Amino acid sequence: MLKFLFKGLVRDRSRSLFPILTVFIGVALTVFLYSYLNGFVSDMIKSSAHYNSGHVRIMTKAYSQESNQSPNDLAIIGIDTLIQDVEKSYPDMIWTPRIKFGGLIDIPDKNGETRIQGPVSGMAVDLFSRESPERKFLNLDESLIKGRIPEKPNEILIADDFARRLKVAPGDTATLLSSTMYGSMVMTNFVIAGTIHFGIAALDRGAIITDISDIQKSLDMNNAAGEILGFFKDDNFHSDKAYGIRNSFNEKYKNSEDEFAPIMGALPEESGLSDYMGLIDIASFVIIGIFIFAMAIVLWNAGLMGSLRRYGEMGVRLAVGEEKGHIYRTLILESIMIGIVGSFLGTLFGLIPSYLMEIYGLDLSFLFEKSSVMITGVLHADVTYETYLIGFIPGILATVLGTSIAGIGIYKRETAQLFKELEA
Amino acid sequence: MSNSFLIKTEKLYKKFPMGPTVLVALDNINITINKGEFLGLVGPSGSGKTTLLNIIGSLDSPTQGSVEVLGNKIETLSHQDAAKLRNNHIGFIFQTFNLLPVYTVYENVEFPLLLQDIETAKRKELVMQALEWVGLADRKDSKPSQLSGGQSQRVAIARAVVKKPELVLADEPTANLDAKNSHNIMETMVKLNEELDTTFIFATHDEKVMKYLKRKITLNDGYIQRDENISLNNQ
Ligand SMILES: Nc1ncnc2c1ncn2[C@@H]1O[C@H](COP(=O)(O)OP(=O)(O)O)[C@@H](O)[C@H]1O
Ligand SMILES: [Mg+2]
Repeated sequence: MLKFLFKGLVRDRSRSLFPILTVFIGVALTVFLYSYLNGFVSDMIKSSAHYNSGHVRIMTKAYSQESNQSPNDLAIIGIDTLIQDVEKSYPDMIWTPRIKFGGLIDIPDKNGETRIQGPVSGMAVDLFSRESPERKFLNLDESLIKGRIPEKPNEILIADDFARRLKVAPGDTATLLSSTMYGSMVMTNFVIAGTIHFGIAALDRGAIITDISDIQKSLDMNNAAGEILGFFKDDNFHSDKAYGIRNSFNEKYKNSEDEFAPIMGALPEESGLSDYMGLIDIASFVIIGIFIFAMAIVLWNAGLMGSLRRYGEMGVRLAVGEEKGHIYRTLILESIMIGIVGSFLGTLFGLIPSYLMEIYGLDLSFLFEKSSVMITGVLHADVTYETYLIGFIPGILATVLGTSIAGIGIYKRETAQLFKELEA
Repeated sequence: MSNSFLIKTEKLYKKFPMGPTVLVALDNINITINKGEFLGLVGPSGSGKTTLLNIIGSLDSPTQGSVEVLGNKIETLSHQDAAKLRNNHIGFIFQTFNLLPVYTVYENVEFPLLLQDIETAKRKELVMQALEWVGLADRKDSKPSQLSGGQSQRVAIARAVVKKPELVLADEPTANLDAKNSHNIMETMVKLNEELDTTFIFATHDEKVMKYLKRKITLNDGYIQRDENISLNNQ
């Protein structure tokens, strides 16, 4: 019987072509949008992890209250032992300290007088130790525009846009005016080693990167850091594990009254992305729902027209002794076959732009120029194994739904009536 | 079956509401049909032939009265049981052939067997046998659109008899055929009636068919005007 139905579908193009085309289009769009949304989320997570919050982040309780102001007077002191500690307790993670700092950068002219000044947001990271993951996390080698990565103390990287605004180039001197951990003003001279393009508007506006030891020295932060970031070794965020580590770490300091006791947070809460991530989940649902609805309506109508054309066939099948319910079920079976074929082709075609976008990305950085969200301007799709299956949900559901509704007419009509319509 | 008859109707009425009035399509039909009959329901258009045939074939149900077909009470049959009765015991032939256009001759004839869960080899044997009976074995791979009217109707006959039903119901089977094909079709059916002892009931007002009938029931405005046995000697 299955073979019989299949032959009918293959030979009668009007029975299969239009529904398959409908499913094909709907599924291809679903697959593409889904991988696009996935890519959006994972880009957002990656940038947030690398440039801001890590997969988990340790701060002092006091620092964590106002962490977006980088209050270095509330930094963690004694980071060496703390890092050894967490390295032992959580060997799956890579731990690295960072200091975020603010201040003014002052560019002197030939005579040493101020030529131009600008506010900076600085990030001090471990640039020099051999095993440091920071060059990779901050994507420094690929983002370098001019000059080179710092190799010796008191060298800095500066955002290329910022450098252009300040009219400075590698080799120039820049003076950082900032305040120490204990609140006194301090001036430190740096040499610009290179310029980089982050691709994140918030950073390209005015970021500098230094080695952490330079800043520890100049801001009087010996063996201290604002934050210690933890990263999973595969560089992917694993929600359950991250929260597990956070909980077990915080358990140890639960009863501490000390406002300088360390506290750990996981990426979603630290980056403010948790709402976003929930929204994206809902958006996927809504998109799939809309496609199911739209396709089902189109397929319902196609089914109605199809059953008009196939009255003759239905009448004969009834006369031969096929039961109405059986006819209805075979129509649904046909729709499942159509759904599978359409979904398969649609998935295949939806994956093509998704893969292209995963590999090459789509540069929309102009949209984010004013944004302070840690999102790269180049959007990527993310094809996961779910992407291969997600299209089949709307594809098959819509065909079955559309056919079920269209077929009720046949099911409800009296046998004699169907039969007379055949004779007419 | 304990009954000696194949079909029996008692005080059968079929009424269609027509606005304020009621149209009586079948008016107190009482007939008994035995196994092996070759019977024609004749009468002008609108006399109730198709309606009676459809009720006997369990495609429609009576408004009043009782109809027993092969031991089944049509008036109380569920549509599942009606389908089973048609599938196992009744073959239909239509004026307009009604072959499924996307399937080959072979597949059209095979279809009733697909519903019966008969294994492939046995199906093939039965289909080829039915095609032999109607003389179309060599056209088994043709599509209906490649056949003449006469050939199409012979395929329809093969489809009706492939499962070797006790009863074949044919509604105006020659109406769309020329004289030569009409005779050919009738001869095919006479042969099947004699060889397989299949009961045939025709609805027809085609004069060419009359001479083949062994019994003729004349309907007029839904009632039986005449019920005559035609002795073979008369021909
Ligand atoms: N579904 C129906 N609704 C109303 N009237 C019908 C219906 N089916 C048949 N009739 C009427 O019943 C009468 C008998 O019809 P039918 O059995 O088709 O006659 P025949 O086959 O002898 O030409 C006709 O008057 C026809 O109009
Ligand atoms: Mg008729």
